[in-house]
Amino acid sequence: MQNSIETFDLTKHFKGTKAVDRLNVKIKQGEIFGLLGPNGAGKTTTISMLCTILKPTEGTATINGYDILKDPHNVRKSIGIVFQEPSVDDILTGRENLRLHTMWYSVPREIRDKRIDEVLQLVGLEKRQNSLVKTYSGGMRRRLELARGLLHLPKVLFLDEPTLGLDPQTREHIWEYIEDMSKQREMTIVLTTHYMEEADRLCNRIAIIDEGRIVVMDSPLSLKESVGGDIVCLKTDPANVERFRTIESVSKIEADDNNIVLTVRNASQNLKEILDVAGKIDSVEIRSASLNDVFLKYTGKEIRVESGEGGLFERVMRARTSK
Amino acid sequence: MSRFEGIYALWLREFIVFTRERSRIVTSIFSPILWLFAFGVGLGSSIKIGDLNYQLFIYPGILAQTILFSGVFYGVYIVWDRKIDILKAVLVAPLSRTSIFVGKVLGGCTDSMIQAFVMLMISFALGIHLTPIGFLFSLLFIFLLALSLVSTGLIIGSLMESPEGFNMVVSFLVFPLFFFSGALFPLDNIPFWLSIITYLDPVTYGVDGLRTVILGVSRFPFYVDLGVLAAFAAVMFTVGTKAFDRMK
Repeated sequence: MQNSIETFDLTKHFKGTKAVDRLNVKIKQGEIFGLLGPNGAGKTTTISMLCTILKPTEGTATINGYDILKDPHNVRKSIGIVFQEPSVDDILTGRENLRLHTMWYSVPREIRDKRIDEVLQLVGLEKRQNSLVKTYSGGMRRRLELARGLLHLPKVLFLDEPTLGLDPQTREHIWEYIEDMSKQREMTIVLTTHYMEEADRLCNRIAIIDEGRIVVMDSPLSLKESVGGDIVCLKTDPANVERFRTIESVSKIEADDNNIVLTVRNASQNLKEILDVAGKIDSVEIRSASLNDVFLKYTGKEIRVESGEGGLFERVMRARTSK
Repeated sequence: MSRFEGIYALWLREFIVFTRERSRIVTSIFSPILWLFAFGVGLGSSIKIGDLNYQLFIYPGILAQTILFSGVFYGVYIVWDRKIDILKAVLVAPLSRTSIFVGKVLGGCTDSMIQAFVMLMISFALGIHLTPIGFLFSLLFIFLLALSLVSTGLIIGSLMESPEGFNMVVSFLVFPLFFFSGALFPLDNIPFWLSIITYLDPVTYGVDGLRTVILGVSRFPFYVDLGVLAAFAAVMFTVGTKAFDRMK
């Protein structure tokens, strides 16, 4: 199958720092591809270059077969984008925003109203379509932005942190739209996120990027398997740490203060052996490896969630998954 | 065809915004009315310019001033559009930078023309008898002035990052353009150094042209006014398309 997006040593320098450093990816048509990384990793810069609003320092890319440097006009025709900072027009109504967009993108006149109705329904904004956008909540703006991105049925849709700072319910809705679009329209979707769950849930493939470079790229499942097992956290005397080296199923040991974090193959089956070796423990927690562990494994850092709402959501999700 | 539709959509956006923010019309008409009735009547009570009442003499100048201020300050909206991120959506759309510039210019010209039209209505209250031909030529001069000054504002706007910076730069520009344009005084008896400056001020030719078609009083031949103004508009328009090409 044809590649929707190919990048060739795509690079962007800002005043000496390498925001994006020789990025090479091939993304297939219909794929949902995630760029996962902490703030400042180069995700938005990459998207900006692919959308032709930022010129690469070196290298290039093709989108839908068109070169971003030589044929930006056709690139722009092929893409839709949902920006991290909503770019819908405050002084206009929701519907007016969409109407102007159909004109910019030359959506055939006779199907305009139908398309607008469809996308409004998709994001659940029919009732508020004739209100000024300045009266919308943050979530509604983002939904309108998403509706606008889908309006001209782009071949490739870019979503830059599509659910940043949204409540869990809206986030769930948006995830559903994204999945639908990918399935029904064979739309290629590239999303950036620093939410692990988002990447895990949606993406066929994920590139973990850090400091402008791809650290590792694979399906979420393979990435998690690459961690080498489940994660077992023990609260116990750190002096015991050496004992775990004798257990065959333990592939990695980390310790700080009185926490010991073990990476264990088939933790549920091997737990008894671990507990026997550990002796006296205060608590034990087992969870399957997450993308955060993947990120930690490849970069030695954790992805911090900085948005307040997102942080709460993350914590709730973690509590749920760790049960 | 799609190119014109894109431009139309950009213009339409500006027009909707203009009709929605009616305070823009009121505030932009308020200052010229103050000039006409406070300054014009006040100074006009003591002086005459030739046979003309001073208030009538400055009327074409104040008309030009309306366009000068609203036209150049219109450029601030491109700074805001960038600042509040709505321009990004336009820049990633399949529209050429020239189309974006043309759409914005036409939007600004429409704003200025509407304000100038309200000002033209005031001429009846002042007892000016505009002939239909005079009216049409007034619109032509108003359009050329608007085209050049809106372009100027957008060029500056495309270079500036903050609205405050824009206002600073533009204030340094519009006041000299206004005061040296002969809007408030005749150019016949002024010292040589001043006349040089007034000749270099493109707004001078707009004021003189409007004075010709509205009052029948002029400093330069009609074709000079029209020619210089058209050339100024063409230059600013061309520079504007280039400025938008470079804009980030």
